[in-house]
Amino acid sequence: MALLDVEDLSVTFRRRGQRTVHAVDGVSFSVDAGEVVALVGESGCGKSVTSLALMGLLPRRGAQVGGSANFDGTELLALDQRSMRDIRGKDVAMIFQDPLSSLNPVIPIGIQVTEVLVRHRGMSGDAARKEAANLLDRVGIPDPRRRLKEYPHQLSGGMRQRALIAIAVACQPRLLIADEPTTALDVTIQAQILELLKELVRDSNTALIMITHDLGVVAGMCDMINVLYAGRVVESARRKELFAAPRHPYTVGLLRSIPRLDVGRGEKLTPIRGSVRDVLPWSEGCAFAPRCDRRIDASIGEPPPMVPTHTGHSYRCVNPVPVEEKA
Amino acid sequence: MSQPLVEVRDLKVHFPITTGVIFDRVVGHVKAVDGVDLAVPRGKTYGLVGESGCGKSTLGRAILRLTEPTAGSVRFDGVELTKLPPAKMRGMRRRMQMIFQDPMSSLDPRQNVESILVEGLQAHGIGADRNERRKIISKTLDAVGLPKWALSRYPHEFSGGQRQRIGIARALVLGPELIVADEPVSALDVSIQAQVINLLDELQDELGLTYLVIAHDLAVVRHISDVVGVMYLGALVEEAPSDRLYREPLHPYTRALMSAVPVPDPEVEDRRERILLAGDLPSPANPPPGCRFHTRCPWAQPTRCADERPVLRDVGGTRVACHWAEQINSGELRRHEVRVELIRPEGEGETPGVVSAPSEPGSYV
Ligand SMILES: Nc1ncnc2c1ncn2[C@@H]1O[C@H](COP(=O)(O)OP(=O)(O)OP(=O)(O)O)[C@@H](O)[C@H]1O
Ligand SMILES: Nc1ncnc2c1ncn2[C@@H]1O[C@H](COP(=O)(O)OP(=O)(O)O)[C@@H](O)[C@H]1O
Ligand code: SF4
Ligand SMILES: [Mg+2]
Ligand SMILES: [Mg+2]
Repeated sequence: MALLDVEDLSVTFRRRGQRTVHAVDGVSFSVDAGEVVALVGESGCGKSVTSLALMGLLPRRGAQVGGSANFDGTELLALDQRSMRDIRGKDVAMIFQDPLSSLNPVIPIGIQVTEVLVRHRGMSGDAARKEAANLLDRVGIPDPRRRLKEYPHQLSGGMRQRALIAIAVACQPRLLIADEPTTALDVTIQAQILELLKELVRDSNTALIMITHDLGVVAGMCDMINVLYAGRVVESARRKELFAAPRHPYTVGLLRSIPRLDVGRGEKLTPIRGSVRDVLPWSEGCAFAPRCDRRIDASIGEPPPMVPTHTGHSYRCVNPVPVEEKA
Repeated sequence: MSQPLVEVRDLKVHFPITTGVIFDRVVGHVKAVDGVDLAVPRGKTYGLVGESGCGKSTLGRAILRLTEPTAGSVRFDGVELTKLPPAKMRGMRRRMQMIFQDPMSSLDPRQNVESILVEGLQAHGIGADRNERRKIISKTLDAVGLPKWALSRYPHEFSGGQRQRIGIARALVLGPELIVADEPVSALDVSIQAQVINLLDELQDELGLTYLVIAHDLAVVRHISDVVGVMYLGALVEEAPSDRLYREPLHPYTRALMSAVPVPDPEVEDRRERILLAGDLPSPANPPPGCRFHTRCPWAQPTRCADERPVLRDVGGTRVACHWAEQINSGELRRHEVRVELIRPEGEGETPGVVSAPSEPGSYV
């Protein structure tokens, strides 16, 4: 059994006077200790809502959560607020895109780190301060003892993200969820942060769920990749297989439409037509059908099932791209 | 070779930093652009890359005089723009247009597409009558791939990619020669970026447009540019034909930047050598002396780097601003560790004045 098993997770937003939104519509995946699993997809495909649901951070009112999320024997979706809070920060921690809004602006970062250590690891004040400095040092913040007294706004974006990572790993969580942790950062800083995350996974055997829209980031560090479209996983494969032999037309479309640093001027990109707004509800067929060149009659009417293969690669398509056609 | 459409010489844009509530006191300057020389050839694309805050947008705006340059010269088709009286400048504007990153915030939400497009035509007195203007508009819509019915719709009724098409159409109706595109695709979803990139390419082929494309995404810039300039803290550190720059980057910063860009291919990712830069970009209000990159440069040397500012010079067809470019390229000089210096964000120092409690206890952790 994996450390985290997510089965058929769904999140529906209902508000009076507004259209019902199936933000997450039956997502399944699992994560093992020491494994990096990617949830990748474009804006609005349900990546963040998935992670918020797992962390019990969705608004109580209006959001309806279904399915199951088994974390080492505990059903996360059934926990009350209090037990969830115990797990959050202790066993499961999260890193967000915008560190400034997830750090407390009026408390020095040192106190924010020591608080976690005292609360979740039962350390004394002195030991916690020492460990906090260690943690800041470990995430690459220079002169950590002095930094402990500083406020988030006194640090640059990259350093804030490091501070946030220090807080997230302070209580040695077994699962870390990172939601676009580097999207707001410049590429040279992104490279530093990704390196840091890889190191943490390697050294502490932490499981990492990496949420991103960037297939480049995914290619560099994720073991297992789940491609999301309109709230469902449409393709799932191990890293090398996904890039070498993508089967879902959406995955193939994405790969063909991204400009690559190692491909020169003059090579034409092949865009996916339309936009994510042109979706079919899954209940009426394949949500990608309106934008898909490989659409056939069987694409419409019923939602395509996930087709498994013997290599653990699976895709949700009735007319998948043949393996050799990729290039 | 013909004369370049745009020639920029020693361009500077310094923004004053002021304090004081009633009487503004200037306490320093942000040197957003600090001595840039470049030329954009006619009918070609010049790509400008660099990290946020390095001065790309300011340079683009200063070339169009949307921001007044502090010093230096900008020649457009042989005409010196920086000294042009306002009335003459207005006439020139028609020939140079800008496309912005966020199509939503650059389009007036209360105007429908038709009136957005007519506005520009009227302001520049293009088209004799309504009929002629209609014709120009419908041709432009075709060119950017928007349907006729788009005319009566408002910006919020379109997706991000379509909105960017509206932004491009607004620039195109005036029949410009130069288009400055500031991060034209960075707000768009991956699957939509390619649509807009291809559109820009096709329009260039058809209309012979000259582009200055500003972007932080190196892959995008490589894809659409003939020549690429790399900026660091207000100045160009390297400039070369696109393919050459990517094949053989000479400046240490360019090398680090390129090694940091993730490529969607595990085989490439597993093989590549990464040059991780230590620390953050220094503040342009207080740039390091000498080579501006020396505080982060893995090849910095004990002589020259910290006290002598390197100028752009030609090294085998690439223009590069590094004292040691040849020795680094030949492998004679090796990389070394760099100690991280802490960089303060702007407005640093004081502790927060307003104390507010987090909305939900524990919500910050
Ligand atoms: N509180 C909410 N109420 C109603 N709808 C919501 C709410 N939060 C999210 N949604 C909707 O759920 C869908 C998925 O949103 P989500 O934030 O998970 O996307 P995402 O994949 O993280 O996208 P991005 O890449 O832009 O972060 C979207 O259609 C969004 O508008
Ligand atoms: N109007 C302005 N007043 C003061 N400072 C500015 C202004 N516009 C830009 N700057 C500063 O100039 C520098 C360069 O900015 P910009 O050209 O927007 O960078 P880029 O487009 O490369 O991200 C930044 O430090 C920015 O804060
Ligand atoms: S001049 Fe010196 S510090 Fe600057 S890039 Fe070259 S080697 Fe590095
Ligand atoms: Mg999100
Ligand atoms: Mg900018």
